[in-house]
Amino acid sequence: MTSYTDYSTGEPVVDTKAPSGPVNERWDKRRFEAKLVNPANRRKHTVIVVGTGLAGGSAGATLAEQGYHVVQFCYQDSPRRAHSIAAQGGINAAKNYRNDGDSIHRLFYDTVKGGDFRARESNVHRLAQISVEIIDQCVAQGVPFAREYGGLLDTRSFGGVQVSRTFYARGQTGQQLLLGAYQALSRQIAAGNVEMHPRTEMLDLIVIDGRARGIVARDLITGTIDTYFADAVVLASGGYGNVFYLSTNAMNSNATAIWRAHRRGAHFANPCFTQIHPTCIPRTGDHQSKLTLMSESLRNDGRIWVPKAKGDDRPANRIPEDERDYYLERIYPSFGNLVPRDIASRAAKNVCDEGRGVGPGGQGVYLDFADAIKRMGRKPVEAKYGNLFDMYQRITDEDPYEVPMRIYPAVHYTMGGLWVDYDLQTTVPGLFAIGEANFSDHGANRLGASALMQGLADGYFVLPATINDYLARNPHHEAVTAEHPVVQDVLAETEDRLSLLLAVDGDRTPDSFHRELGELMWEFCGMARTDAGLRKALERIPQIREEFWRRIKVPGTGEEFNQSLEKANRMVDYLELAELMCLDALHRAESCGGHFREESQTPDGEAARRDDEFAYAAAWEFTGTGEAPTLHREDLVFEYVHPTQRSYA
Amino acid sequence: MKLTLRVWRQQNADADGAMSTYEVDGISSDMSFLEMLDTLNEELILRGEDPVAFDHDCREGICGACSLVINGDAHGPERTTTCQLHMRSFKDGDTIDVEPWRASAFPVIKDLVVDRTAFDRIIQAGGYITAPTGAAPEAHATPVPKPDADLAFEHAECIGCGACVAACPNGAAMLFTSAKVNHLNVLPQGAPERETRVLDMVAQMDEEGFGGCTLAGECATACPKGIPLVSITSMNKEWLRATRKVAKQR
Amino acid sequence: MYMALATRTDRRPSIARTVWDSSVGKKTVMAVSGVIMLLYLVAHMIGNLKIYFGAGEFNAYGHWLRTVGEPFMHYEWTLWLIRVVLVVAVVAHAVSAYQLSRRDIRARPSKYVHKKPRASYATRTMRWGGIILGLFIVWHVLDLTTGTVHPGGFQEGHPYQNVVDTFSTWYGNVIYIVAMLALGLHIRHGFWSAAQTLGVGSRTRDRALKTVAGVLALLLTAGFIAVPVGVMTGVVS
Repeated sequence: MTSYTDYSTGEPVVDTKAPSGPVNERWDKRRFEAKLVNPANRRKHTVIVVGTGLAGGSAGATLAEQGYHVVQFCYQDSPRRAHSIAAQGGINAAKNYRNDGDSIHRLFYDTVKGGDFRARESNVHRLAQISVEIIDQCVAQGVPFAREYGGLLDTRSFGGVQVSRTFYARGQTGQQLLLGAYQALSRQIAAGNVEMHPRTEMLDLIVIDGRARGIVARDLITGTIDTYFADAVVLASGGYGNVFYLSTNAMNSNATAIWRAHRRGAHFANPCFTQIHPTCIPRTGDHQSKLTLMSESLRNDGRIWVPKAKGDDRPANRIPEDERDYYLERIYPSFGNLVPRDIASRAAKNVCDEGRGVGPGGQGVYLDFADAIKRMGRKPVEAKYGNLFDMYQRITDEDPYEVPMRIYPAVHYTMGGLWVDYDLQTTVPGLFAIGEANFSDHGANRLGASALMQGLADGYFVLPATINDYLARNPHHEAVTAEHPVVQDVLAETEDRLSLLLAVDGDRTPDSFHRELGELMWEFCGMARTDAGLRKALERIPQIREEFWRRIKVPGTGEEFNQSLEKANRMVDYLELAELMCLDALHRAESCGGHFREESQTPDGEAARRDDEFAYAAAWEFTGTGEAPTLHREDLVFEYVHPTQRSYA
Repeated sequence: MKLTLRVWRQQNADADGAMSTYEVDGISSDMSFLEMLDTLNEELILRGEDPVAFDHDCREGICGACSLVINGDAHGPERTTTCQLHMRSFKDGDTIDVEPWRASAFPVIKDLVVDRTAFDRIIQAGGYITAPTGAAPEAHATPVPKPDADLAFEHAECIGCGACVAACPNGAAMLFTSAKVNHLNVLPQGAPERETRVLDMVAQMDEEGFGGCTLAGECATACPKGIPLVSITSMNKEWLRATRKVAKQR
Repeated sequence: MYMALATRTDRRPSIARTVWDSSVGKKTVMAVSGVIMLLYLVAHMIGNLKIYFGAGEFNAYGHWLRTVGEPFMHYEWTLWLIRVVLVVAVVAHAVSAYQLSRRDIRARPSKYVHKKPRASYATRTMRWGGIILGLFIVWHVLDLTTGTVHPGGFQEGHPYQNVVDTFSTWYGNVIYIVAMLALGLHIRHGFWSAAQTLGVGSRTRDRALKTVAGVLALLLTAGFIAVPVGVMTGVVS
């Protein structure tokens, strides 16, 4: 057996299916070239959609509106609870309602640059184009965006950009957009066009004759494992930030759907690109089960600082102005507190590493609203951020109107995901990945308020157009049945895995392994990564995996509601995915966006990209558990936004 | 902190349930209530016992999954969701009763987990605006007066947790239903379906076996998002208006 | 599951069906019938107070009630009309209440182990208060309208004496005063509640509505109880 770090290199990806020609005409061209399915025939096609977040919810509703028979799944008790609901800040769109110089091209430019030149230009431009339609769509659905007194939509600015293009609904934009999609989906469920399976978790993918034809899923109430068949499968199961145990993801967000798809042949792209969000509430102790984000919008009016002196443990209010270091404003005078997330996070880590961090363990920096309150008065601050302040106070028992908030970076979003082509199709024909589950649009760093934009663009507009083409070209006539030998095999594998988890009867809980893996990943594959650290992690992960299969303890049976079994099964996949993340981070010996390799930095500590070697997306092919995967490079071509060292100074 | 927990244990929907008593020690006041239950569950698993099942997901107070009645209060003593309740609200040595939402429309699945799909069916009955993808006019085509937009938002904040039903002596879903009716009916986009929406949603609410409203006000007190009781009044008004209007159109 | 779809057709049940089948509709029936009874009670209470002005005026008032509307109406027609409306209101109120209560109890079959005192006294006593008032109405009619259970000799056309007779017994006073206290509580929550049901409540009006409900409850209770108090203290004899 070769070592996991000795990966092999396979054929590069040559065709991403993106049309040629001017970037602003590509999406129109693709839509025109796509074959259509006769409306009368759509009913005969079944599409499985896994997940009901912004991407899945909007896709399910739209496909059903088009006439397809949609079978949709979510592990939550209701499609309304998908974790998109927790997004706070807003959604970007190049409406230029402010007349502040915004345009589709600028949003395109900002996103490619913000992603540190590791995203595909064609996809990003399409995203910027569609952004304007999303706002129209959501307003028509009754999404209560913030409005001005004239009755028109309000916008605010967000990290990494100098225009005001972020539409928002107080601090609950994700909730409101998700409810819009959920309501559209509900309408289709009532009409009988969507067959909804809540509390049902996808455990494997069924690939027959090289095409995705269905999934294996477990009813979380009864424990029954069933198979579902379709002509195409859409994964909208979100990101994999929970590999880190502590993250801002929901407790049950997991990587099983995408990892199982990866094992069945879908390439996994840029797994090491994880976003560490700069403004989260610091952890308080070992009992911590998750981290809570404070919207990035707070950086609009809050000022970030630490004491100038090391180990200054005076309360914030006692530290005089000239002994404070507003380090973002100092280092990046033109963007100040609004630098992109990766930069803000790393800067926070640096000042804490210098021993100037505040709060318990020195793992925090101040986010101070004193100036904003002085400038605008308390009322306007309350109107803008009231619910965030309340949330902060509830968690920390400190009043942010009186003392500065303490924040620290936390794992928030994963830019990596299943590799998809321009049509959002993975390397398994008939298997599509949308939203955070794919890798496509954010490169190495996602800009604030762009996740909602991408999820909805994929679900409402992109996938419904491109999946048509696949279904039109592949009109499956023979139905798959449960008796098919492949189906039997996949089902048996799933059942065996769960039985094994139950049979070990060891002495460690699923959470204890999760915490151990998370700490390892945070230390070696977190905000700053090194060759040595990643090698250490790659050595350690197989050991944890071996120990897991020896010592895991799962009480109860598989034929009942069993949350421990759910967790343990998700751990199986985290323990493999973590390894791939570390390998990807190790092989990418450059710094870019959220991926910071200490070996690759500029003299003043900024991320140093190495375009000559790494201007590609890394798509990994699975070869076996613990086996070194095969790397397929997709070279990134920049025709419009020429790579430069990002500068926010 | 050391605490005594009395927790409702019920193997499945058909089994009988009862309160079981557990002691937990070493609880920090910074823990959330659910983290305290995590601690208990870790111990139970290692002892070879079945951990306590409860719904939870985002743990940020927005997904609406968590649903515990703590010492007789839906979501416990603070006006927030269970996941945002912290142990600093309790004292060392306290005995805490933990029960599931109680309503016949919310049958228990296991322990503290209940089935809230009835809420989904109320939304399916009309809690949406028909706006198929692609059919939307330009977002600024219809300005919405700020007070209306704010009012819509206030009602749209509902997280669908079901605390209103759990707290209501009649197991009524009026606050939940009214929140959605008001959110959509106050907006110009919602106007074309204004009557059918309220009539169908209320009919579905009744169909699901929720109780009626006696305006006890417990729902609004328990609501973690502060949906006001007057929301129900507004829905009643909408319902009466719709009944008259539909009668006229016959 | 597809119920929702079935209701989204243009064929809707009749308005009466819609109202009666809906929990919100039934509450409307309760609110409207409640308001009718409340209006009646205000008139009734004012009329009662005439007892303080002696047998002549009170008995004349009783007679006038039977001749209202003449010559358009025949003797007692108006009174009977009012009685019919009242009976319909009482029956509608009671049947709705009964059906809604059954729905409410079915919707919440198992109680919480950890019990807490809930809602205000008036809210919690609506059901028991309603039953007490229902029984009281029966007794009240049998006592002072038909005279069936009247203490002493019931004299048709001499309401003054009949009232004095009733309130000369201890149980007459007890039943009446308890019922009027129940009435006050019932109105205090019921009036405000009816306003909410009929959709006339609002954030800005809430305080006003609660005040009006309280004042109405107090005035009616005090006004009605003034009669037995008058008899007991000998002011009326």
